[in-house]
Amino acid sequence: MTGLFAVQQPTQRRFHWGDVIVLLGISVFLSIGIALAVHTPPALRGPEISLDPYILPYYAGLSIVRMAAAYLLSLVFALLYGRAAAHNRHVEQVLMPLLDVLQSVPILSFLPVVLLSLSAVLPQKVAAELAAIVLIFTSQAWNLVFAWYQALKTIPHELDEASSIFRLNNWLRFKTLELPFAAISLIWNSMMSWAGGWFFLMAAEMFTVGQRDFRLPGLGAYLRAAADQGELPAIVWGVGALVCVIVALDQLVWRPLLAWSVRFKLEMVASEEPPTSWFYDVLRSSRLIGGLREVWRPAAARCDTLCMSWAALPDTVRQTRRRPWGVYLSAGIGSLLLLYGTSRAWGMLLLVPVAQWGAILWGMGATLLRVFVTLLLTMAWTVPVGVATGTKPRLAAWLQPLAQIAASVPATALFPVFVLVVLHLPGGMHIAAVLLMLMGTQWYVLFNAIAGATAMPQDLQSTARLLQLSRWERWRILILPALFPYLITGAVTASGGAWNASIVAEYFDFGGETHAVIGVGALIAHATAAGDYPLLLAATLAMILTVSAINRLVWRRLYRLAAERYRLE
Amino acid sequence: MSPSHSLVELRHINQEYGTGAHRFVALQDVNLYLQEGEFVALLGPSGCGKSTLLRIITGLQQPTAGQVLYRGQPVPGVNPHTTIVFQTFALFPWLTVQANVEVALKAHGVAPEQRARRAVDLLDKVGLDGFETAFPRELSGGMRQKVGFARALAVEPELLCLDEPFSALDVLSAESLRGELLELWTSGALPTKAILMVTHNIEEATLLADRIVVMEKGPGRVVAEVKVDLPHPRQRKAAPFLNVMDHVYAMLAGQTQPEHVEMGTAPGEAGKTRALPPIAISDLAGLLEHVNETTTHRADIYKLATDLKVDLDALLRLTETAELLGFATVAQGDITLTPLGETFAEASILARKEIFATRIRRLPMFKWLLAMLRAADKHQLDRDVISTALELDFTPDEAAHQVEVAINWGRYAELLAYDDTSETLSLDTSSPALPTSC
Repeated sequence: MTGLFAVQQPTQRRFHWGDVIVLLGISVFLSIGIALAVHTPPALRGPEISLDPYILPYYAGLSIVRMAAAYLLSLVFALLYGRAAAHNRHVEQVLMPLLDVLQSVPILSFLPVVLLSLSAVLPQKVAAELAAIVLIFTSQAWNLVFAWYQALKTIPHELDEASSIFRLNNWLRFKTLELPFAAISLIWNSMMSWAGGWFFLMAAEMFTVGQRDFRLPGLGAYLRAAADQGELPAIVWGVGALVCVIVALDQLVWRPLLAWSVRFKLEMVASEEPPTSWFYDVLRSSRLIGGLREVWRPAAARCDTLCMSWAALPDTVRQTRRRPWGVYLSAGIGSLLLLYGTSRAWGMLLLVPVAQWGAILWGMGATLLRVFVTLLLTMAWTVPVGVATGTKPRLAAWLQPLAQIAASVPATALFPVFVLVVLHLPGGMHIAAVLLMLMGTQWYVLFNAIAGATAMPQDLQSTARLLQLSRWERWRILILPALFPYLITGAVTASGGAWNASIVAEYFDFGGETHAVIGVGALIAHATAAGDYPLLLAATLAMILTVSAINRLVWRRLYRLAAERYRLE
Repeated sequence: MSPSHSLVELRHINQEYGTGAHRFVALQDVNLYLQEGEFVALLGPSGCGKSTLLRIITGLQQPTAGQVLYRGQPVPGVNPHTTIVFQTFALFPWLTVQANVEVALKAHGVAPEQRARRAVDLLDKVGLDGFETAFPRELSGGMRQKVGFARALAVEPELLCLDEPFSALDVLSAESLRGELLELWTSGALPTKAILMVTHNIEEATLLADRIVVMEKGPGRVVAEVKVDLPHPRQRKAAPFLNVMDHVYAMLAGQTQPEHVEMGTAPGEAGKTRALPPIAISDLAGLLEHVNETTTHRADIYKLATDLKVDLDALLRLTETAELLGFATVAQGDITLTPLGETFAEASILARKEIFATRIRRLPMFKWLLAMLRAADKHQLDRDVISTALELDFTPDEAAHQVEVAINWGRYAELLAYDDTSETLSLDTSSPALPTSC
């Protein structure tokens, strides 16, 4: 788990002209989507969702297939994008700033636009499926790209030189050097991508606004329907099925992969505690798998020979400097499109009346406050629990696995259930909104707090005890400073998650009734339902801008402070 | 020595990094040739650009200026007739020993059946039969390097480049591997036409090479060539062998030069600023004490390296410092203490500090630094300011390093104080009043 939640350093780049272009690009992309969305039919009928527990395997299968499709797409995209950026300096200067902004954008705010535009041009079923896959893709791709790019950039110099001097062509280099070197990091990040993907899959499968029902048959829609109809047994069945799927994937796919990937460790000494997997051991000793390998091997060899004959030598070996015409050309076409699109987007934004801009500003404030409250609540319980867990191994032994299972359930899956429970309390929707945000974000902070407390040097703890510092002094002098970098890391991810969740948390159709609170997420959902496209564009853009700005102005600075002042070596 | 039938010829090679004030010359006007049948060693202290030269010869790196000719022709990109055995082996840890060799053959388009046969054959030749299916992490350093040799020989290079191939190995493995390489080379069992080895081990160079090319740093350049006309196997204890080594040592350790050349000029002034050698002062004291214990107050640098078990690079930095501060003189591969050096070696802690302080105040770099601090507001300056000022004479990395060394020396001498949190240097006010002229 520590590998998952290790403190990651963000790039130390300040605001850059590239950011402006990226934001313009996003607004152009959104306005094109919205221009298409005008043709969306006003009412859309969703699929019939059965609540029979026997249908759950089928629904789970559909959900997994969607996730797998999006993941494959992300992986291929990451491999191409990262390699292009790592091997070509011109391309790198465009792609990396782009990625930096894209990953800080609240992805869920895209969902309405993507759904509406796709269902305007495609049959509804196909559109909803595609929208779900696109949405999951956008949540999975960026960290895979970063992991792959980072790996390519940190390949040990001598292995890189050896590959050049022995004239490994692009394919052989990819197969024997790059992919093995990046394997461990890619697997860890794939696990992270899947964990994040469930959140968006659930949101996409159960998405409805007003008369438009975009639900997809799957575990998300099942849970939603169960909550709508107040069927408690069905809710239990649904959540159980979801947990089973997640645990099964972990045991049957990710753990074996991790155990297998030990061979790609670079260190020349054996590690103390390599990851193990019972399923991997079973597979390895299985005769059947051995037989399959015999069938697979000739096919793989043929494929390998084919790739070998296609691949060229890398430019560094051939030393032919090609002019980057392709880059210039695409940059030219891109900027033309950007100019045209910006004018279109601008025209649409002019249609938004002043009063609505006021509402957007108001909603932004409300959502910001909600995110803030969520973070405070999260810190309030995760820091003491994290410190207790991190410093007491016996407590950690049973609490950590429990927390991992709890964290694996995507918050969006439980949201309908929460609404069902708290809606009738005073301020019910407010509580529900904050609860959903909390559900999605608290785990990041908890795991980071545990990691931070575990990393606290034993001698400092002993010193604090020897000096007989009071409880408060101990927290002030030792624990909080030691935890600071970890808490910041957790909080950055958590706040991103909270903004994302606001889209589904602030506006909810329940049993034919619409429940909404003031907030920018509610505005986006409302605009989607009412077909108010200029408002949809304005609110989505405002949200993206605000979140990017907060990332740059607040989190980056805190990150730097944490990295410079509060680092324990 | 006509280079008419040269396998490789380097003409006026220059390698520079950075531009303008940050320009750093790594290699200056290097001319070199290699003939068929030759085993040449490139010898020099670290930072003299010998590994860079190797990369330029193989085509891994393009020189800023100059020409590399292979059989009289320039070769674009990585030269397909060359290969490298790396200091750190550069084996793929996820491939077996045999697969590591085969991957080189595969890249060269050898058919699958032949690949396996040739790989096994070569592993047999270097004495690794039975280890084909082992992973590199299961092998000792010496065996890993054998895989490195097998892989390099697999592609049948005309020019085999060795980049300090034995320096990461323990003494015994290095010794046996050297012997095996020499046997393969002298028996004519290799298709290789010439070997070029980078090393900073003088004995190794003298033992293996037909010709030693001696390089110096700051900027990296060739300063001398020594022919080694001794038959193999060479006797290390024999007089001719020791003569060659002494000769090379004398070239490397340098001779004492007139003081103004030796000390360089102040930063920012015309002329070369002498860099402060990065050494620990306790090591310097240790060296002086050791030499002082000899009856003649004089020692052979080569013997010192063996006695003190320090690597040659570090030892040369220490002797350079001792010379710079006037504690010793270096000539013909020997270091001799000056009376001041003897005094320092015998002095108490406080007295040592005082001697050290008076000596470093004479260095142009320190004169300049102290003058800057005296002129500064509150007698203190940001570390970055000094570092930036030094970038007129050094690369940014080196400049930062020089500030670090200056802080260490100045603190020891109680001339400087340094605050780590604010990163500021100041004059040490606890020290006695500083004389205005030194």
